[in-house]
Parts: sequence; structure tokens; C-alpha cells
Amino acid sequence: MSNGYHIVVCAGIVPDPLQTLEPVTGPQGPALRNEMMLPAVLDPWAAHALYEAAHLARNAPGSKVWLVSLSPKAKLQQVMMTIAQKVPFELVALDGPASGFTDAGETAVALARAIQAIPGLDRSRLLVFGGWESASRGAGATLQMVGEILGITDQFQGVDALEIQSDGSFRILERIEGGVHQVSACAGPPAVLGWATGTLPEPPNQPQIGMQNMRAIMPALQGAQPAGLAGGKIEFLEVRIPSVRRETQVIKDLSPEEIAKEIVEWIKE
Amino acid sequence: MPESAAAQHGEMLCTLPGDDVRQIMWRYAGRFDLQMLVQSARQVARGTVARLVAEGARHSHDWTTAKDRMLKEFDEAGITAMFVDPEYGGYLEGPKNLAMALAAFELAWVDGGAATCALATGLALAPIHERGTEEQRRRYMSLAVPGGPGPGRPPWRGAFALTEPLPYVGVETGILGGKVRIADWPEGGEPILEVNKRGRFITNMAFANFVTAAVDSADPRIKGSCMVILEESDPGLFDRGAPARKLVHQLSATNDPILQLKVPASRIIGGYEVKHGVLVPRYSHGEIIEAVFRRTRVTVGLMTAAKLLSAIEPLIRYHRDRFRGSDAVPPGSPRYELGLQQREDVLYRVIDIWATGEAAASLGFAAARLFDILDPLEREKDATLAAQGIKGGTAAYKALRKRQKDALEFIELDARPQNRRDQARYEELKNDKVVQFLVLDALANVLCPAAKLWNTGHGANMLREAVSLMGGYGITEDCPGFLGHKWMDAQLEATYEGPEAVQRRQLSVTMTNEVFLAQFANWIREMRAVASKRPGTGACALATAMQLWLWTLRHLQKARDARGNKLLQGARQGVTFPLADALCWLVATRQQILDVLELEEKGPQNPAVAEGLEGTLQFFTDLAHTHVAKAAGEVGRICAELVFGYNRHPAWDDPEYRGCLTEDELVAVDSLVPGMSGYAADVVAADGAHPAKAGPCVEFDGYEDFQKMRVRLDACQTGAMLSKDRAAKALTKVMIPAALDYPQ
Ligand SMILES: Cc1cc2nc3c(=O)[nH]c(=O)nc-3n(C[C@H](O)[C@H](O)[C@H](O)COP(=O)(O)OP(=O)(O)OC[C@H]3O[C@@H](n4cnc5c(N)ncnc54)[C@H](O)[C@@H]3O)c2cc1C
Repeated sequence: MSNGYHIVVCAGIVPDPLQTLEPVTGPQGPALRNEMMLPAVLDPWAAHALYEAAHLARNAPGSKVWLVSLSPKAKLQQVMMTIAQKVPFELVALDGPASGFTDAGETAVALARAIQAIPGLDRSRLLVFGGWESASRGAGATLQMVGEILGITDQFQGVDALEIQSDGSFRILERIEGGVHQVSACAGPPAVLGWATGTLPEPPNQPQIGMQNMRAIMPALQGAQPAGLAGGKIEFLEVRIPSVRRETQVIKDLSPEEIAKEIVEWIKE
Repeated sequence: MPESAAAQHGEMLCTLPGDDVRQIMWRYAGRFDLQMLVQSARQVARGTVARLVAEGARHSHDWTTAKDRMLKEFDEAGITAMFVDPEYGGYLEGPKNLAMALAAFELAWVDGGAATCALATGLALAPIHERGTEEQRRRYMSLAVPGGPGPGRPPWRGAFALTEPLPYVGVETGILGGKVRIADWPEGGEPILEVNKRGRFITNMAFANFVTAAVDSADPRIKGSCMVILEESDPGLFDRGAPARKLVHQLSATNDPILQLKVPASRIIGGYEVKHGVLVPRYSHGEIIEAVFRRTRVTVGLMTAAKLLSAIEPLIRYHRDRFRGSDAVPPGSPRYELGLQQREDVLYRVIDIWATGEAAASLGFAAARLFDILDPLEREKDATLAAQGIKGGTAAYKALRKRQKDALEFIELDARPQNRRDQARYEELKNDKVVQFLVLDALANVLCPAAKLWNTGHGANMLREAVSLMGGYGITEDCPGFLGHKWMDAQLEATYEGPEAVQRRQLSVTMTNEVFLAQFANWIREMRAVASKRPGTGACALATAMQLWLWTLRHLQKARDARGNKLLQGARQGVTFPLADALCWLVATRQQILDVLELEEKGPQNPAVAEGLEGTLQFFTDLAHTHVAKAAGEVGRICAELVFGYNRHPAWDDPEYRGCLTEDELVAVDSLVPGMSGYAADVVAADGAHPAKAGPCVEFDGYEDFQKMRVRLDACQTGAMLSKDRAAKALTKVMIPAALDYPQ
């Protein structure tokens, strides 16, 4: 594609995974204890999508990357201090709850509206990226609905690779059972891609990129409007944390075979 | 004292304070450049650096490939370029003191050596930055930026060489063994210098590409001392020397180099003039290191502060989890849930460590911010003086002395409400760069040595507490948070860049500057005003402690010891040094309180802070109060020792105490005022017998004010332990992460 892609990455934020996550019932329904006060990170699945988007944009001159995020803006600002240093993008911020207990449908409507409102966005070059699921809720519903509202029918979930063919079409690898991939061909944009982990490592921080990004990110954050989620459409019957607890141990110099053996034993338990 | 609303509601600290809270308290909420730097530095610290420590990289004195990896990470994260102005390829605008402080804080949170390593090139560049010529600045600043000029080019790293093999340069930096002479002076050309410098304990020396070295003239054609820049490719000997066998900071490289090199005279930092055939360096080495250290020492103080605060999470986790995993301790039981936190002493000691960390960080960051204001002000002051035809040196010193009364006037006006001062005069002085420089400089000259001295010295003691609270684990390499390393490392932080004696000596001078003392007197009023609105902070007790200190200083300025010798004088370190120590407690604690007030004011504007703010504020207020109690105790003890300790104790046979009542006199007194004899303690019998004690009790003639203040200060402790109780309880409730975010 000669003039590149318009890649919109949808990404929420989630509490840092090392934090103690304890469900509680608040006035607005279920929530995590002290969630606003916990440090947050960009949803890891969506972060992979962002790195893939930046990589694609770098290799297709004329491309541009937007990051659309519906999250509490004060928390999003903190997250930007790291993410803005990773890759170049423009932020579209919507102020609202990013918790796993918000209605995916409502979130999708707000995100789709925000995408539609991006000035100069060219639908014929549009790729909507995001995580195939979220670390705060593994339902994998939001991105699909965003695509539907935008009328994009070419959708791929659990994507690990997107390869651009010489004719401009896409070869896409989606995760399926048993560690294998389903290979699809897609004529080109517009398309929705919900990423699994992709293949790229987290880029190192680059302060120069950060400084450049932040000049536009700060006004975007300051001007972020409330997303206006009404809530109340979902009823939660029960909320619990998964029963498996993390048992961390540091053992030095263990061979891969020994590690594998230990994991097998643990699964058998 | 009425309890605050939060105390009454029982609001508690919900989580450990996060970035949102710190950005407000340490005043960089509006600086996204600094917030990004913090995140970058944190990623390197809790990633690569922590892994290096966990893998045992500290076990070698040599500069290994593994350690070298860290340098590249610093480059990528923007830490290497943080010293450099954008015009030379850097990315941070404006003064960099707070930036360096924050980066050092993040790195030292995991390992002090890593922080030292990251800062050492900055230290080498500092003489050039502060006093270098424009060409020198351009060359070395640009070379220090990774990748520029020229993509992929590794940055130049520098070392700062002042310290020499014994017997020279130590605390007394005036005598230099390092020498410079003129090797060649071509007719009409630039002199070529021959530099001979042996260094001891020089950081970064294992890989430095350039060295800024302090040397003295060994040639009648060079006047005085100077600093010169040496490059590794200069002709001669650039021997990096053997690595020091350090017990600490092994993630920094420290060597004893031998440098015998020929360099052009243009390498003299700040340039030179030729007067009557003699090369006169523009700045002596003393002038340069003074400008350098007053900034870089603050950063060192913050390293220890970071370590104190980093100890809190591992301590809470260890204490809470202490008995989990035993069949005899079922989940849900107090022993299971609280572990060692059931024990008051454990909680109280963690509170002491935390409060010290808060005060240290508050003091350090306040000093760093002050230098960010002072840096441009200093240049403006120089420009103003230059416009009046006054260049540096003695002329500038005299010109500044003349303006001191204006500075004092400004401080006086500043303390008054707007409607009760000559506003026009106030504005005039406020816009006068020389006056403003004098005011802030006097402050910086106290805050900088105070941050270096108190944070590292008292900090080291408190890190020992932290280690002891981890039991046997604390003194092993497996201790979460590397507390054992951090304790030992703090001893180096207290030593390099001028050990405690140097800081005390500087404070001995700067604490008596009237421009500082005038501001200090205002702080007493300020703290009383704070106390009237926020009694729970302990600000009132702090104000009393400040009063006591000021009284003591004024007293000692006039007083003489029992032998008739003056007390407050440079040679009397037994007097000046403790008084300097006492002052540190006061400035640190005041800043701690001010940061709590800042959080109270700005916290509600940030929704992420506003939630739970009441509990957070209550906790920080209680911490401040407990710390005031400690500070007041220290100040009271030191002042009493100094005020009374140099007087001779009255003896029974002192001529002046012959006046002690005899038994006969006692009878006479009783006949005048019946029962009065019961009040007389020091009675000597006709045979000379007296009560069994050292002598008649000391009378307080002339010391009444001191005595009143001292008694009042003790009573001011009222409520402090209630605050400590409440803070201790908060420790048992606060939510901590499931695991530490760096390996062990
Ligand atoms: C790991 C490490 C890294 C270092 N990095 C550098 C570097 O990069 N560049 C550099 O130039 N130097 C460096 N140094 C040197 C460091 O700055 C000095 O060790 C320090 O300034 C103290 O000097 P000294 O060791 O000669 O102590 P001394 O001068 O011998 O002092 C020893 C003690 O005697 C007492 N004392 C001495 N003089 C007085 C006095 N006038 N009044 C009262 N008490 C006094 C004090 O208690 C003092 O602590 C480093 C040191 C170490 C250990």
C-alpha cells in the first residue's frame, strides 16, 4: 500500500498484575479493592497490538497509529509515561471506567464513536487493532463489537502474525487449539485484528519518542470527555478470584527438563 | 488536641503511596518529562539491575561484561543523556537537578552502585557544565549523548578525579598532589601542559573516555590550581589502575588511576588568561568543585532516602507472612493474618524507618528543586553584576555582601501579610535577581549539606534497623529488597563526595549566615501557623524545637566555656558539628510537613489520589508527627548538652557557692517565712557536711528562657505517641502488592 495504513489500536488499562487484586462490592456493583489507587499498566494484550501496529506503520510509509483508550484519565496519564516512550502514536482518550466489570457493549459503542470521530481517518486504509481479550476480563467481546458497529466484517481474533503480501493482501495467523495456527487470507483493509501475543518484544523506552508523543498526549488527556457509560445493564451474580494462587519461587540453574518435569507434576496435583 | 476527621472516622492508608501521590508531594506532577524519566529508570532498575544483583554480579570488583550491559541500558533509557541540554543533543529542557535526583532515587531503590554508576559521567561533566568554556561544553556534552553526533556511536563516559593516594586530597581538598606544568609553549602558540595525576577511588575509571582532574601548579608559569580535561587518547600514560576492593556499590567501577598526559592548555576548565607571561586559569579547582558538589551531593542524599522507603514493602510482607504455611496457624487467625505485625515494637520500628525515609526524601527533593530555581538565577545574578562591571572573585563577593541587607529586608517583608508591608518595595526586591540569589543561595547552602549529611548518616543507622527487622534473613543475600546491601552501601553514600565531616564543616559556616537565619526565624512562625490549622502534624512542637535551636546558636555565639574559650568557632567541631546535626533534623522534618500539606492541597484535584486521600493524609500526618517527636528529642538533647556541657559544675567548696545556706541561716530564714527552709536543697552543715550529690544544683540565671523552652518542648511531645499508634495500626491494614516487583 503506497500511502500506508491508518491503524487504530483500542487499549484499556488494567491494574499492575503484581498487585493484590481483591474483588469487593461497591455502590456501583463489583469492583476491585482500591483499584483507582493501584498502579496500572496498558492491558498486555492490547500492548502487543500497539507494538505490532507501530512495527507495521514503520514498514509502510505514510501510515499512522492512533491509540484509543477508555480509562480513568488520571490513571491513563500515568500509564502514558511508560507507553508513550515505546512507539510513536496519537492518543484519543475517553474518560471512564476501565474495570473488568463494565459492560463490553457500552464500551464498544463509545470506542466506535471515538474512532469515527478521528479527523482524517480513511476507512479504506483502516485497521482496527486491539487485544483478543483483556487482562481484566477474558471475554474477548469488545473488539468484535467495535468492528461490528464500524461495519467491518473482516475480523480475526487471537492473531499472532500479520504478513503483508506483495499484492497488498494480508496473510494472518490466528491461534487455535493445541499450539497451532489457522492461516487466513484477507484482501486488505478495513479489518479488525484482535491480537494474542504477536511476535514482537516490548520495545525499549525511547525518551525522544516519549517527548514527541507527550506534546500531543497531554492535551488529549486534558480534553478527554467522559465516555458517558450508563451502566446498570448487567447483573453480576458472583465474583471470585481464581482459586489457583501464585506460588513464586526463585531457583537458580535449573535445567529446562527439570522445569518441565516440575510443571507436569504441578498440573497432575 | 482534637483529632482530625480522618482519625475520628478511622480512615486508614489503603495502599502504599503510588506515583500519583509522589508526583504531588515531590512537585513534579506537571512535568511529564520527569515522569517519563522515572518510569524509564525504574524499568532498568527493577529489570536489568535487579537481575544483576540477584545473579551475584556484586561479588566481583572487576568491571564485567554483565555490569557493562547496564551502561547500555542506561543509554537506551535516556539516563545517560539526562545531563545534557537539548542544544547539545539531550532531551530534557532546563536545569537537571530534580531530573538527576529522581533517576538516582529510582536506581538506588534497587541498588546504590547502579545509581552511582549512572551519575558518574554527570559528575565528570559537572565541572565542564558549571564552569567550562562554550567550546568545552559543546564538545564533551555532545560526546556524552548516546548515538549523537553519529548514529550508533557509543557515548563518551567520564570520571571525576579529585581524590588522590594518601597523604593528599581527602576531607581537606585544598592540598593537591596532582601537578600541572608547561611542557612546551611555542612562540605565539598555545601552551602544552604536562599533567601528572594519581587518583584514588575514581568512579567510572574502568571505562572512562575522559577524566576531569584537579591539579595544582608545579610551574612558576602557571598560577594556582585548576581542573583539566584528559582524554584516553592523549599522548602519555592513561593507566586506569587497579579496581578498589570495595565492600559496597560493586555495580559501579572504582579504580586508582595513574595519569601522565600532555594536553593543550585549552583543556583547562573555564579557560585561562596570560598575564605577564603567566598562565592564569579562570577558576581554581576549589571554585569548580564547590559549584559541582553543591549540586551533586543532593542526589547522593536521595539515594539513601530511596533505600529507606524501598525497605517498607519487603518489611511489611515479611512480618505479615511470617507464620503462614504452618499447620498450627490456620488462615484467618490473627497470627496468620498479621504475623509479626501483632507485635507493637515491630510496627513502631517500621514507622520510624518510614518516617525517616519520608523526611529524607522530602529534604532531598526540596534541595534538588531549589537548585533548579537557583541555576538560572545564578546566571542572571552574574549577568547583572557583569553589567555593573563586576566580574567574579573578590569583587563579586564584596558586591554581594553589600546587598545582604536588602536580602534581609526582603525576607522580613516576605513574612508580612500584603496589607502590612510596603508592597512596592517588596516587588522591587522580589524582582531583583541579586537579592533573590542571595536569599536562595543561603538556603541552598544549608539544604544541600543537610540532605547529604542527614539522609546518608542517619539513614545508614535506620537501614541497620531495617536489616534487623528481617531477622536472620536480613543479613543474607536472599533478603527481599537487598536490605543488607543497602545498609552497607549507605556507608559509602555517607562518605564519597565529601564525608560527614565535610558536610558538618560546611553547615557550621552556612548555618550562621544571617540571610539563612532570617529565613529560619520565619519558619518558626510558619510552623506555628501550620499547627494552628493542622495540629496533628506536630508543627507546633517543631516550631518550639526550632526556637530552642536558634536560642542555643545565639547563646553559643556569645558564650565561652569554663576556661574562657569561645564556643562557636570553626576549630570547635565539638560545638559546631552537633549543632549542625540538630539543624538537619529540623530542616528535614519541616520539609516533610510541607510535603504533607502539598498533598492535602493538590490531592483532591487528581481522582486517582482523591480516592482514599483522607486515609493517606492521616497516615502521612501521623508519620510527620512521630518524626517531629524524634527531631525534638534530638534537638533538645544536643542543645542542652551544648548550653550546659561546657560550664563547670558547681562544687561544694566553690567560692561562689560558699553562699549555700548553712544550717544557722536556715533557721533564720524560717523565722522570717515559716516553712521556707523546706524548699532549700543545698544546705551545708557547720562541719562542712552536705547532701550526697556532686555539688549544689545548677542555677538557671540567664538560662531561664532556655529552661522554659526545654520544658515546653518536652510537653510538646503530647500526642505524638498516639499518632504513632495510629500509624502503626495503619501498617497492619495497608494493602501491599502480592509480590515484590523486582527479583531477589
Ligand atoms: C567507592 C568510592 C568511590 C569514590 N569515587 C570518587 C570519585 O569518583 N572521584 C573522587 O575524586 N573521589 C572519589 N572517592 C573518594 C571519596 O570522595 C573520598 O574517599 C572521601 O571524600 C573521603 O576522603 P578520604 O577517604 O581521604 O578520607 P579522610 O580525608 O582521610 O577522612 C577520614 C575521616 O577523618 C575525619 N576527618 C578528616 N578530616 C577532617 C576534618 N577536617 N574535620 C573533621 N573530621 C575530619 C572524618 O571523620 C573523615 O570521614 C570515592 C570513594 C569511594 C570509597
